[in-house]
Amino acid sequence: MSNALRISLLSALIAALLVGTGFVQGWNTALLILNMGLVSAIMSLGVNLQWGLAGLFNVGVMGFVALGGLAVVLVAVSPVGEAWSAGGPRMMLAMVLGAATVAGAILVQKRLTGPLRFWATLAVIVVGFIVYRMAFYPARDAIEAVSPAATGFLGGLGLPVILAWPVGGLLAAGAAWIIGKTALGLRSDYLAIATLGIAEIIIAILKNEDWLARGVKNVNGLPRPVPYEIDLQNDPGFVDSATSMGFDVITASTLYVKAGYALLFAAVLILLLVLAQLALNSPWGRMMRAIRDNETAAEAMGKDVTRRHLQVFILGSAICGIAGAMMTTLDGQLTPGTYQPLRFTFLIWVMVIVGGSGNNYGAALGGILIWWLWVEVEPIGFWLLSNIAAVLPDGSAFAEHLIDSAAHMRLLTMGLILLLVLRFSPRGLVPEQ
Amino acid sequence: MDPLNALIVLANFVIIPAMAYGAQLSLGALGVTLIYGILRFSNFAHADGMAAGTAATILFTWWLQALGVSLGPLPTALLAIPVGIAVAAALLLGTDRVVYRFYRARRAAPVVLVIVSMGVMFVYNGLVRFVIGVDDQNFADGERFLISVRDFREMTGLEEGLAIKTSQALTVVTAVIVVALLFWFLQRTRTGKSMRAFSDNEDLALLSGINPEKVVTVTWLIVAALATIAGVLYGLDKSFKPFTYFQLLLPIFASAIVGGLGSPLGAIAGGFIIAFAEVTITYPLKKVLSYLMPESMEPDGLIQLLSTDYKFAVSFVILIVVLLVRPTGLFRGQSV
Repeated sequence: MSNALRISLLSALIAALLVGTGFVQGWNTALLILNMGLVSAIMSLGVNLQWGLAGLFNVGVMGFVALGGLAVVLVAVSPVGEAWSAGGPRMMLAMVLGAATVAGAILVQKRLTGPLRFWATLAVIVVGFIVYRMAFYPARDAIEAVSPAATGFLGGLGLPVILAWPVGGLLAAGAAWIIGKTALGLRSDYLAIATLGIAEIIIAILKNEDWLARGVKNVNGLPRPVPYEIDLQNDPGFVDSATSMGFDVITASTLYVKAGYALLFAAVLILLLVLAQLALNSPWGRMMRAIRDNETAAEAMGKDVTRRHLQVFILGSAICGIAGAMMTTLDGQLTPGTYQPLRFTFLIWVMVIVGGSGNNYGAALGGILIWWLWVEVEPIGFWLLSNIAAVLPDGSAFAEHLIDSAAHMRLLTMGLILLLVLRFSPRGLVPEQ
Repeated sequence: MDPLNALIVLANFVIIPAMAYGAQLSLGALGVTLIYGILRFSNFAHADGMAAGTAATILFTWWLQALGVSLGPLPTALLAIPVGIAVAAALLLGTDRVVYRFYRARRAAPVVLVIVSMGVMFVYNGLVRFVIGVDDQNFADGERFLISVRDFREMTGLEEGLAIKTSQALTVVTAVIVVALLFWFLQRTRTGKSMRAFSDNEDLALLSGINPEKVVTVTWLIVAALATIAGVLYGLDKSFKPFTYFQLLLPIFASAIVGGLGSPLGAIAGGFIIAFAEVTITYPLKKVLSYLMPESMEPDGLIQLLSTDYKFAVSFVILIVVLLVRPTGLFRGQSV
């Protein structure tokens, strides 16, 4: 079967699944799944760039997605003036001091040799850390003391929320540069564990640094790029056109908003997909694949492997950051407590492997397909298990346990799908060309 | 100035908890290291394997408790551990036969096996949640404390108290026994020697007539035992929750890598390094310092280097530093 045919068949299957969901569970649910599916497709596109194109094993997707979420707060939320005057400049100073410490340590490492090098580096780090903390703590406490129940953070820049999407990409790219500089020299499973750890650190910072984004107190009511339902319902023009088309106004407004998101997300996905396709088929893409398939040979031909790896690692992570910003915009809130590696890292990997690693279309379609399954496995599992339980004697403890456990079918199913695809179709549903 | 009291505070809040945690991490890291040495991949499913063995142990413990069986001052779970190990062994060996053997036969790249182990991780995680749910399960019974704070104060007349939980003492004692047994097995028995030979040089081992499937089977059996014991000890010391066990993956890997992947001694050292670093850096040292310093110089703040939520970050930072300085770990593990 040719790849074009596979892609059309897979797209048709996904469309059928979404339309079926629309008829059975309502169009609201179908659009909800589609929106997160589109975001997931972008995330898997990013991972596919790293793994499929360059063979880099990044298990820190969650961290980049979370940085994208942070970007939404930093860009779109209005600044908290009182907090800025209480500790803003001091906090900026602390950040500069922290950065200077790191830069100083790196400089000392580069310039000095011999036994002095270790002690000098240590001294720079210790002194720098103490100075940084002396600036940081009062600034943090001053900022967090400003009406902690409502704000207690610096807020953002108050810019349009769409701007947060590229900024999310930039933040993730910056983090990826730092990580890449330290960890890309490691062999594949060391890199995996390093990225896993960095993702945990990013989440820990988001959870604890209240002055930055309110930590686990969450930032709610983020600005939206689409109209609010309530405004639509009060807009006579919208009410007229909805009723003339035979829609209930409330339903029409929710569908309108979700469809708006879907169009925006689809536009971003198509743009990134086109760019990824162009990259894949360019001389650069061929070089990347050559490096992936035989690193030693590529190096012997004069390709700078480490540099290329850093490049593609940054690009892929930036795409994950963009997707993270989009997701937080869709949710309307940043909730650091909900970032879990199973959902935001390992599930994305299932999407890429199932869709087809090395094939951009495959990875994107895999993203939507697996997201649909992730959402629908629970109701399907519930239906399946309650049918099994119905055969069992009434009120048996086992039957109750079965029904209660339906919620845990997800992980099991995802694992089985991953294992089955790896075994019987290791190149995924749409293989690399 | 009161160094004795300072020492007691430090022991109570840092040394004893870190010893217990370090022993638990070491046992976990030993499992990871053995899989890496013999099967040559980083097993992402290890922490969930621990959870599976522990869940089986808990279920059997409850059954024993319902029958009225108990060990007196010791937790009943000790009686249930063999059953947990048997269940974990069946699970891991079954997985090996159904999943990993296929890739081993094809000599797949290690990174493929890592991705496969991600799938296994999902399945184990789902199974455990399916069987025992997602909630906290406390299955510790028997005496809670070996020495309680009040007893200690009465015994010594010191201002500060020292408490040793039964689970902590049990962890350290069990870990010492298990590690001793493991090293005896690896150094002295025929099978252990063939395992080490296989780990050092696979081709040479195959040439000298070592049966690889037997080596692999024995490895999984040992890993099942180590994982279950580590999981049960951790569960007795803290509590059992599937998600917490999944999160242990990072400190366990950090321990194994810091020590040098593939080196059993390194795994133990790594476990204690990570544990002590985590506990020390996230513990507020104010009280200790206030006993050590003259009153005029007593610190105002908590003198806590990092807040407790940065625990995972600590293990990771140590990991990165060690990898940068010594890419194969402190004990020069393998780099395949």
